[in-house]
Amino acid sequence: MAWLGFASLLLRCLEEQQGRGAAMEEAVWMWAVAACVKALLIPSYRSTDFEVHRHWLALTSSVPLRRWYSDTSAPCCTLDYPPLFAYFQRLLALPATSLGLHPSGLLHLSPSPPSSAPLPVLLYLRLSVIVTDLVFLLAAVRLARRRLPIARRSIVLVLLLWSPALLIVDHIHFQYNGYLLGILLLSLSFLEEGKDLAAGIAFSVLICSKHLFLIAAPLYFVYLLRHYCRGSLWKASGRFLIMGGVVGAVFVAAFGPFFYYGQIQQVLSRLFPFGRGLCHAYWAPNFWVFYIVIDKLLAVVLSKLGFDIPSPEASFTGGLVGNSSHFAVLPQVTPLITFVMVLLSMSPCLIKAFQKPQAKHLIRWVAYAFTCGFMFGWHVHEKASLHFTIPLAVISVDSLNDARHYFLLSIVSCYSMFPLLFEPQEYPIKVLLLTLYAIAMWIGFSSYFKLVVVPAEDKVHNPSTSDREETFIGKFGTIYLLGLLGVELWGQLLHPYIFGSSLPFLPLMMISIYCAIGMVCSWAWQLRQILQRT
Amino acid sequence: MFDDIHPMARKTEARGSAAAASGRHTPADVDGVAASSFLWSTTVLAPSTAVAVALFALLIRLLVSLGPYSGQGTPSMYGDYEAQRHWMEITLHTPTAEWYRNTAANNLSYWGLDYPPLTAYQSLAHAFLINASIPESLALSSSRGFESHKSKLAMRWTVLSSDLLVLFPAAIYFVSVYFRRNVGGDAKGRSSPWFLAMILLNPCLILIDHGHFQYNCISLGLTLGAIAAILSQKEITASILFCLAINHKQMSLYYAPAFFSHLLGKCFRRKNPIFEVLKLGLVVIGIFALVWWPYIHSVQSVMEVNIHVDIVSIEKHFTSLLSLGFLVIHRLAPFERGVFEDYVANFWCSTSMLIKWKRIFTISTMRFICSIATILAFFPSFVQQIKSPSDLGFLYSLLNSSFSFYLFSYQVHEKSILLPLLPASLLALQEPTLFGWLINCSLLSMYPLVCRDKLSLQYGSVLALFALIFYAPHGKQHGRVDKSSTKRVALLTVGLICSAVLHLVYLGLEPPKRYPFLFEALIMSFCFSQFVIYTVYTNIKQWMLLDHSSLKMRVKKDS
Repeated sequence: MAWLGFASLLLRCLEEQQGRGAAMEEAVWMWAVAACVKALLIPSYRSTDFEVHRHWLALTSSVPLRRWYSDTSAPCCTLDYPPLFAYFQRLLALPATSLGLHPSGLLHLSPSPPSSAPLPVLLYLRLSVIVTDLVFLLAAVRLARRRLPIARRSIVLVLLLWSPALLIVDHIHFQYNGYLLGILLLSLSFLEEGKDLAAGIAFSVLICSKHLFLIAAPLYFVYLLRHYCRGSLWKASGRFLIMGGVVGAVFVAAFGPFFYYGQIQQVLSRLFPFGRGLCHAYWAPNFWVFYIVIDKLLAVVLSKLGFDIPSPEASFTGGLVGNSSHFAVLPQVTPLITFVMVLLSMSPCLIKAFQKPQAKHLIRWVAYAFTCGFMFGWHVHEKASLHFTIPLAVISVDSLNDARHYFLLSIVSCYSMFPLLFEPQEYPIKVLLLTLYAIAMWIGFSSYFKLVVVPAEDKVHNPSTSDREETFIGKFGTIYLLGLLGVELWGQLLHPYIFGSSLPFLPLMMISIYCAIGMVCSWAWQLRQILQRT
Repeated sequence: MFDDIHPMARKTEARGSAAAASGRHTPADVDGVAASSFLWSTTVLAPSTAVAVALFALLIRLLVSLGPYSGQGTPSMYGDYEAQRHWMEITLHTPTAEWYRNTAANNLSYWGLDYPPLTAYQSLAHAFLINASIPESLALSSSRGFESHKSKLAMRWTVLSSDLLVLFPAAIYFVSVYFRRNVGGDAKGRSSPWFLAMILLNPCLILIDHGHFQYNCISLGLTLGAIAAILSQKEITASILFCLAINHKQMSLYYAPAFFSHLLGKCFRRKNPIFEVLKLGLVVIGIFALVWWPYIHSVQSVMEVNIHVDIVSIEKHFTSLLSLGFLVIHRLAPFERGVFEDYVANFWCSTSMLIKWKRIFTISTMRFICSIATILAFFPSFVQQIKSPSDLGFLYSLLNSSFSFYLFSYQVHEKSILLPLLPASLLALQEPTLFGWLINCSLLSMYPLVCRDKLSLQYGSVLALFALIFYAPHGKQHGRVDKSSTKRVALLTVGLICSAVLHLVYLGLEPPKRYPFLFEALIMSFCFSQFVIYTVYTNIKQWMLLDHSSLKMRVKKDS
C-alpha cells in the first residue's frame, strides 16, 4: 500500500515537470518494474558467490584492515577484489549492525552454505544488490538523456534496465555487476559530455573496485591523453599532471593503507592469481575454446596415426580451477601470450583513438576493447561478456546493423550464462527472461526502424511489413538462432535420453563452442565496424 | 460522486486530441507515437505484444511460486496445498465411485473432496503427471503431509500449466472480442496490451493460485471464456464453458444470475423464445450429465456426493434456468459450517461486532436470512439484464451478482473476492480508477491470510508491480488522475491513508489481549465499507446504461 501511494506520488511529482522529467519518469518506472521482479527473485537459487560476499561483509567489519588480504579463516571465500570494493563491502556492513542483524549470522566469519542462509541475511544481501543498482539507473538516465529522440531513448532504457543477463548474474547467481557497470556507464556518459576529468576519476574508481575492467585502461589512457591533454605543450603537460594526480589520488586512497601496512605484495598476489588455468571450469565462449577443441582433435587423430601423444586426461573437462593447463599437441599458452594477444587485437581501436579522439565513437571502442579481453584473456568468466554487451546496448539504435548485431549478441551472451543456473526451479525463469527480452528487442527495433530509418520510397515499394521483419536478423541470424535452440533442446532432452547421465560435460561443451562461434563473429563484426566507420 | 468521465464527454475529448495530434507533423510527434506504441501499441492486439504480456504474466507467476505455500511445514492438517495433493492421491488410488465416500482409504474428515467432479478429474490428470516422476509423493495414505523441494516444484508447475492452458487463452480471446465488438464504446486511445495486463496480472489471483496454492485459474478461466463467447454471440459455447466452470468450483454460481438473466433476456428478444431457452437448457443438462456420469446411474451415489458437494446449488441452477424461482436457493451453502469462516469482508462478518448473528439465530434461520439478502442484492441487476440485455450491462451484472453473493451469502471465504474481481478487471477500461481501488481493498482483505502463509514479500512486490503497470507511462492514454474531481481524489486519498495505516497496524502492533482479532475485524469492516460503496455505484451505473440506451433509441426514433 505504501508502495502504491509512493509510486503514484512520485509519478504525480514527475508529471509536473514533464519534458525534462520525462526521461527520468520513464527510467524510474522501468527500474521500478525491474525492481519488483528482482524482489520476487529473492528466494531463488544463489551460488557460492552469495556466501563469498557475505563473508566479505563479515571480514571487512570484524577483521582489522591490515589483515583483510591475509586472512584465511574461510579458504573458500578469500578477498580477491581490489580495495575499493572491500571498502564498499565495509560500508554495506555498517547499517547491518544498527539494524540488529548480528544474531542472524550475517557478520559471522565461519562459512555456511548459501542455500541455508536465514531470511534476514538473504533479504539484507539481496536488497543491497537491488539498492546499489540505483547507480546503474543513474548512469542509464544520464546516457539516455543525451540520446535525445524519445523513441530511441525508451528503447535504450529498456535494453539497459531489463537486461536478462544482468538479472541472472546479479539477482539470482549473486554479484554486484549492476553497481560496477553503473560506474562504467557513468564514466562513459562523462566522456560523451566531454567531462574527461570526471570520467577519469570514475574509471579509476571502477578499476580499484574490480580489476577485470583494467582491459579498457589502455584505451582510456590513449583517449584521455589525446583528447584531454591537447593544446600547447604547457597546457597539455599541465592537464596531464592534473589527470595523473587525480587518478593517482584514487589509487592512493585505495591501495595506500595496504602499502602502509606492508601488505601490497599480498594484495597483488590475491588480485592476480595466475596459478589458475587458462579456462574456467565451464569454458567461457571465447577464442580459446577453439584452441582446446583443435588440440583435442589433433591429439586423437595423431594418436590414431601412431604418434605417441602424452594425453592429459580430461584436463579441460574436469574443472580446472587451481592448476595450469597442458595442451597435448599445440604450443602451451602462458599468461604473457594472452596478454600480448589482447593488446594486439585491441590495437586498431587504440590507433584510431590516437589518430582521432572523438567522443562519439568512444562507446564502440570501449566495447571492442572489452570484447578483445573476453576473446583472448586469461581465465575469463562467461559473466565478463556483460562488460561489452551493456555498453553496446547504448549504441544499439544507432543503425539497423547495430540493432541486428546487438539483437544476436545479447541473446548469445545471455544464453552462455544459462549454465550458471542449473536447478530445475530456475529453468523456466531464465528461459522466460531471455524470451521476453528478445521479444521486447524485436518489437522495439522493428517499430523504431520502420518509422524512422526506412526511407519513404522503400515503404512504397515494400508496403508489407513481413518482408522487412524477415530481413531484420537476416538469414544467417535466423539459422544461428535456430541452431541455438537446437543446442538447448539437445542438452535438455536428447542428451539425457540418449546418454543418460554419462558424458555430463558434453552439453556444456556444446554451449561453449556454439556461443563461441557467435562471439567470434561479433568480435570480427565490431573490428570491421571500427576499421570502416571510425 | 464516483462518476467517471461521461461517455459522450470522453468521445468528444478523444476526437479533440486526435485532431490535435493530426495537426502536428513534427518529427517529435512521430517519435512520440513510436515511444507510446513501443510498449503499449493501442487498440489492436498484435500477436507479438499479446505474447509479450502473457509471457510477462507467466514470469510473475513463476516468481511468486518460488515462495512458500499454505501450511508449509505445519503438520497435522497442513493447508490447501496438502488438500490438493491429497485429492490427487485419492483420485489416483481409489475407484471413482469412492472419491466422495468415506472408506478405509478415504477418510473424509482429512481434506475430503468438497468440489464437484471436474475438480476430481483435474486432480486425477495432474496425479498421472506427478506420479510418473515422483510416485512417493502420491502414495496412498503413507504420503500424508509429503513435502519435498521436487514435489513442490511439480505441484507448482501443474498450477502454472493449467493457468497457461485455461486462463491465458480465455483472456486473450476476451480482449480481442472486446475490441472487435467495441464493447467499451469509443475505443480511441485505449490500450489493449494494458487491458490484457490488467486481467492477467491480477495480484490477488496470482497470490492465491501460485502463492497460497489453489486452482482458481481453471474455473475463472472457463468463466472468462464463457463471457467472451457470450460477447461474440456464441451462446452454446458459453453455456458449455460456464457449466464446466460450475462443475469445477461451485462458487462459479456467483455468476449464475448474470448469465441466466442475460441469456433469458436475449432469448425473449428472438422469434421463438421457448425453443431458444430449451436449447440452452438441453446443453446444460447434457454437460452436467457428462460430468456426473460415474455418479448418475444410482441416486444413492449422487446423494453421497450431495453431502459434501452441495449438489443443491446445481439443482438451483437447473431450477433457475427453468425460471422456477429461488425455492432452493437457501440450500446453496454447506450446512455444517458457520455463517462465515475466519474473517471475511462481508456483511455478516463485519456487522457481527455489533450484532452477534450466530447467537441470535439458528443455522437454518440464518441460512434463510442470507439467501433472502443475497437475492435482494442481486435482484436489481438481474431485472436490468432481462429488461435490456447488453454487452456492457452483462459485464456490470456479472460484477454485481458476484458481489452480492460475496457480501451476503452464507459461508464465504476471503478468497471468494476473486470472483467479483474477475468482472471488475474486465471493466478496467470503463472504471479504471475504481478498479485500481478495488484491487487495493481486496488485497488488504486478504492480508491476514497472506501473513499466515508468509507471503508478505510476494504480496508487496506483486502489489507494487500492479500499481506500476496500472500507472504505466503511455499505458492508458487517459489521464484519469488529473481529470478526476477533487472530491473523488480526496475520498481516495482518505481511503489510501486508511489502508496504509491498517497495513502498518496489522504488521507492527500487538492486538489487545481481550480482543485478539481486533485488527482483523477492523480491516474487514473497512474493506466491507469500500465494497458496499463500490457495488452500490456499479449497480447505479448498470441501470444508467439502460437510460442511455433507451435515450439513444428515442433520439433515433425522433430523427
